[in-house]
Amino acid sequence: MGMRKVAVIGAGMTKFVRRALETGKELSWEAAKMALESCELTLDDIEAVCLGTAPDSFDGVHMKGEYLSDGAGAWGKPYMRSYVGGGTGVFAPIQGWYHVASGLFDVALVVAEEKMSSFYPHAQAAFLTIFDHTTERPLKPNLLWIFALEMNRYMSTYGISKEDIARVSVLHKRNAADHPCALLGDANITVEDVLNSEVLAYPVQRLDVSPVSDGAVAIVVAAEHVAKRLSDKPVWIEGVGWHLDTAYWTNRDLAYPRYVEYAARMAYEMAGVTEPRKQIHIAEPYDPFDYKALHHLEGLQLAERGEAVQLYIDGVAARDGDLPICPSGGLLGVGNPIAAAGLMKIAELFWQLRGEAGARQVPGHPRRGVAQAWGDLMQVGTVVVMGR
Amino acid sequence: MSDRVAIIGVGWAGFKPTTPHQSYKEMIYEAARRAYSDAGVDPRKDVQSFVTVAEDFIEGTSIFDEYTPDQLGAALRPVHTIAGDGLHGLATAYMLIRTGMFDLVAVEGHSKASNVLTLPEVVYYAQDPVLNRPLRLNTHFVAGLEMNRFLFESQNTRVDCAEVVVKNRRNALRNPLASYAEELELDDVFSGPPLAFPLGAREIAQEADGAVVMVLASEEKATLLSEKPIWILGMGWCNDAASLESRQWGSAPYIYTAAQMAYRQAGIRNPLEAVDFAEVDDTYAFKELQALEALGVCRPGEAGEMTADGVTYPDGDFPVNASGGSLGVGHLLDATGLMRALEATLQLRGEAGAHQLQDVEVGLVQSWRGVPTTSGAVAILAN
Repeated sequence: MGMRKVAVIGAGMTKFVRRALETGKELSWEAAKMALESCELTLDDIEAVCLGTAPDSFDGVHMKGEYLSDGAGAWGKPYMRSYVGGGTGVFAPIQGWYHVASGLFDVALVVAEEKMSSFYPHAQAAFLTIFDHTTERPLKPNLLWIFALEMNRYMSTYGISKEDIARVSVLHKRNAADHPCALLGDANITVEDVLNSEVLAYPVQRLDVSPVSDGAVAIVVAAEHVAKRLSDKPVWIEGVGWHLDTAYWTNRDLAYPRYVEYAARMAYEMAGVTEPRKQIHIAEPYDPFDYKALHHLEGLQLAERGEAVQLYIDGVAARDGDLPICPSGGLLGVGNPIAAAGLMKIAELFWQLRGEAGARQVPGHPRRGVAQAWGDLMQVGTVVVMGR
Repeated sequence: MSDRVAIIGVGWAGFKPTTPHQSYKEMIYEAARRAYSDAGVDPRKDVQSFVTVAEDFIEGTSIFDEYTPDQLGAALRPVHTIAGDGLHGLATAYMLIRTGMFDLVAVEGHSKASNVLTLPEVVYYAQDPVLNRPLRLNTHFVAGLEMNRFLFESQNTRVDCAEVVVKNRRNALRNPLASYAEELELDDVFSGPPLAFPLGAREIAQEADGAVVMVLASEEKATLLSEKPIWILGMGWCNDAASLESRQWGSAPYIYTAAQMAYRQAGIRNPLEAVDFAEVDDTYAFKELQALEALGVCRPGEAGEMTADGVTYPDGDFPVNASGGSLGVGHLLDATGLMRALEATLQLRGEAGAHQLQDVEVGLVQSWRGVPTTSGAVAILAN
């Protein structure tokens, strides 16, 4: 017996904002309701709910998944929350996929929520406790510093300049100017703006980094026989992959994300993608920092090591280029409510592949796209290949 | 898609009220080594995916899933974490195998409760931050309210609840993994300190440290690798209302729905006849009675009588918590569901030692994630 095919048939998202007035439950429900309405379903049609949300410390709620359950539409239903740190947003649809592919459910709702603004004064402090309590926490590292290390390593290994890396931020933020939910879209931003922004932890500057955000995204996934009945344009989950590397991140070569490569190979194999550079038409790599998009494009096998930046220099990455990258605007432009930002990439592929992306629509009727997220201690890759 | 899934390896470490000689990683490593040896598999070569269950606040580490792979032999493999009970983890592995993409999946859950200096405060932080926390509702107080409503609606009595305590802690005397084994009389339960009327301090399971790892396999692999595969006939899980204000206090509809889902998969119409024994939630003694009624093994209001008549004792017709349950073994936080599944697996293999039940073929396992959740899961296992 072959594997059950699973499709995305609906999607919805809230605006990504710096400080939402809504509670996390309300954000979750807003996105869930939009996703349901987009495919003309109601909660009664939903057989199971999957939730993706990153650390509890943002909301300061223990067992945050239980707290968010009714907001996510899970009252009286099978419900589970998965997490793989920052990779959660692209893992949540994988969770939805296996719920349906297992044969236990035909229609499931996948919700990803993050409300980072509750953490006062700044969500960055929630990351102080992600480090090993014995070997690392006494050194008081924070996220920006370790990304500065990784960015430095990436730049020095391949001889890439900050000017070139800034092109990523510029393209994504310009793309986001066309996204109605975006927090930091800017049609006029330039490389100089990025290079002149405040230095946070060299070489990371303020405009190299995605913003702290609140928001939620939801999708509806369905088994083939239901998807074909409910939707004229189902978008199939063709491949899924995820890999988690050792917690000892300091022993890793930070120049190349091997865990992303392994996750991508898993997803490509399932999707029958043998030549990703030819067979993938849109890429939504995870871009919490501009250099990260490059890093991940290489892990996704869409560029040789150290050469992803050329896609930006040559215009290949542009919305009308040969391989549009983050046509949504990515995390740098739309915003980064962690888990929701990952699922936003899945929603973007859904809209792009259906030709419903409006001003953001990439030309040429793209047939297949890949979305990827990353997280934990430079440790996890989650990859979904979607096609129509 | 492969429908049949079996447990082919189990391993554990602990269970003790404190484990100063081991870190949580060492405890998981010990349990994992046992499970992989039991299944005869190499985690680096054979096991294709790994599922762990954990909650950040309990671990004292944000994004705790970072620290799950190494001690499982799972580095650079498909690993993910479920913020749920061990049975949610088991259900996840069950789904992963049923997709047809994986033949061997490992599940891990652990408790290092003794490391948590402020467990009551941590659990209190699970309450709604806007509506409930300002009321300073202690966790056991919420449980006491629920018990009161349950006794009122079901007409079970405080004596019935005390019977559960006596039974489970006595059962634990025969279980070498149990930390809270004791021969008690009903009066001992009632003479303990009161906590939140009608809930007494001796009706609450105390925490223990421990780790459980299980290896699950597709039918093809299970028949190849194992002489005693324990089949998962059905799994169900469900959440009721998240808010204290809008839930049903007297019953546990989440357990009812989860059980119906599992029964449907297993083809069970009459659980009392089809199932030989059960390991059900007894975080609080009354929860065992409430669970039995929600599971449909007796009519509403009859679980107390069933207990008093000895039906749920190890030599009764429907033994419940022969392991000693959480009251006798100790509460392993989110590893509790796996502890119960471990017990059911050993019973069904005939490897339960001094507390082995006779002629058992089908076992039921049920768990609850504790106050303030309405999150429960059910598994039906068979040899």
